[in-house]
Amino acid sequence: MTSSGISFNGVSHTYRPPRGRPVLALDGVSLEVKDREFVALLGPSGCGKSTLLYLLGGFMPVETGTISVAGKTVTGPGPDRGVVFQNFALFPWKTVQQNIVYGLEKQRMPKPEREKRAQELIELVHLEGFGDSYPSQLSGGMKQRVAIARTLAIDPLTLLMDEPFGALDAQTRTLMHEELLAIMRRTPKTVVFVTHDVREAVYLADRVAVMTARPGRIKEIVDTKPSTGSRAEFIHTQEYTEKVDYLWNLVRDEAIKAQGEH
Amino acid sequence: MTNNVVVRYIPLLLLAILWEIAPRIHFVDPSELPPLSAVLKAWWSLLLDGEGHTFLAVFFKGSLWSNGVSSFINWFFGLGGAIVIGVFLGVFMARYQTFDDVVSPLVKALYPMPKSALIPVMILWLGLGAGSKIASIGLSCLLPVILSTYNGSRGVEQTLIWSARSLGATDRELLWEVILPSALPEILAGIRNAVAISFIVLVASELLVGQHGLGYLISFLGEGGVYDAMFAVVVTVSALGFAADRAYLYFMRRTLIWRE
Repeated sequence: MTSSGISFNGVSHTYRPPRGRPVLALDGVSLEVKDREFVALLGPSGCGKSTLLYLLGGFMPVETGTISVAGKTVTGPGPDRGVVFQNFALFPWKTVQQNIVYGLEKQRMPKPEREKRAQELIELVHLEGFGDSYPSQLSGGMKQRVAIARTLAIDPLTLLMDEPFGALDAQTRTLMHEELLAIMRRTPKTVVFVTHDVREAVYLADRVAVMTARPGRIKEIVDTKPSTGSRAEFIHTQEYTEKVDYLWNLVRDEAIKAQGEH
Repeated sequence: MTNNVVVRYIPLLLLAILWEIAPRIHFVDPSELPPLSAVLKAWWSLLLDGEGHTFLAVFFKGSLWSNGVSSFINWFFGLGGAIVIGVFLGVFMARYQTFDDVVSPLVKALYPMPKSALIPVMILWLGLGAGSKIASIGLSCLLPVILSTYNGSRGVEQTLIWSARSLGATDRELLWEVILPSALPEILAGIRNAVAISFIVLVASELLVGQHGLGYLISFLGEGGVYDAMFAVVVTVSALGFAADRAYLYFMRRTLIWRE
């Protein structure tokens, strides 16, 4: 099996708005994500965590530093890095099934195979019977499940998630957490997960990288893998509560700084 | 539902009754506004190449059909050309900054120009035939198509483009499979404006000069003083315009069914 580790090496990024002064968004970020590891990027809004993910996705050019995935330097988007966005980013004119097979069409997979794969994925994300629905007919949670299925269809080495559950209500979000973990058990992937939700980060990730307010740097990396038992049990342990408190204190200072900027 | 349709057409029915009665009781001069029944009779004669109508049977050359066909050809190529070229230019402007910088000021300056002012210019350049009419219609319809395509293509959600890219779409596939479908609601709305404009310019250009088309027929019959037949053509053109808009709206709803 190919190793799909990710490495960020001294990555800086300057945001240049069409009008106004350039803003330093990321300042010398270095981070190693191991193969099949789930890392959450946690930080206040505007800290550049999404920018870091977009650079990893290859959607913006890396000007300073390097990012590499499985040993290859990132120069543009590619099917080795599947992406899930907060706003789902489904093609609204395509049905659930058509959305899921889009990436497979690009890989020139024959139609019968595509349809078989789509069916498997629809089952994986529990959307049986919705294959012919349009995204506008689905709830937020269902849309995000379609987006996850569309990304998993092409079987990427790594999964890049940009606050994927941020637009969902609390109950749906909790269910989606469980589903994501179940999916990751069946098809383990290297995951970079951007969030500003401390509990979400602790619950899902193996490690949490806390970022500072702008310009974003890595402030501290905290191990959040449960020392014993499953994640479902983890959430009820003292250990979980302590990690959440510890991380919240780290993020809190940065959130206050970020607010002070406005 | 049926009830609604009936209620909606009551004002039209009242107008029809008024149109019939007003000239008959000489509330208006019947030579200036012939009663509706006379107009309908003339319309029928026009369909039958003038049969049953004194003036039309003797002087009328060509039928409502043949003139309708020449109008249809002008309309089809004018509007069709505008749609093809307009979508192409709009997308091109939205995607290439330099091209946009050059073309945008021209488009914006030409947008508020009265479309009918183009007709004499086109006649001067292209002559009295179908060419000048197709060009007038095409140029008039071009701007709404360009602008709606431009706005629609620029408004494509960034994450949609990124998603397609990371799923392996090439530049070309991105254009056909993401940008155009995403811009389609706006493009189709722009084309609806273009359809309305196309009818105005079609009739105006044929009224001005020429020997063919429904607009020509209106001016020919008007100058001949055959007002019942003239009104019949005016009503025909209005009905065609209305029907075209309805049919287009239906097509648009069907195409954008995924938005519901």
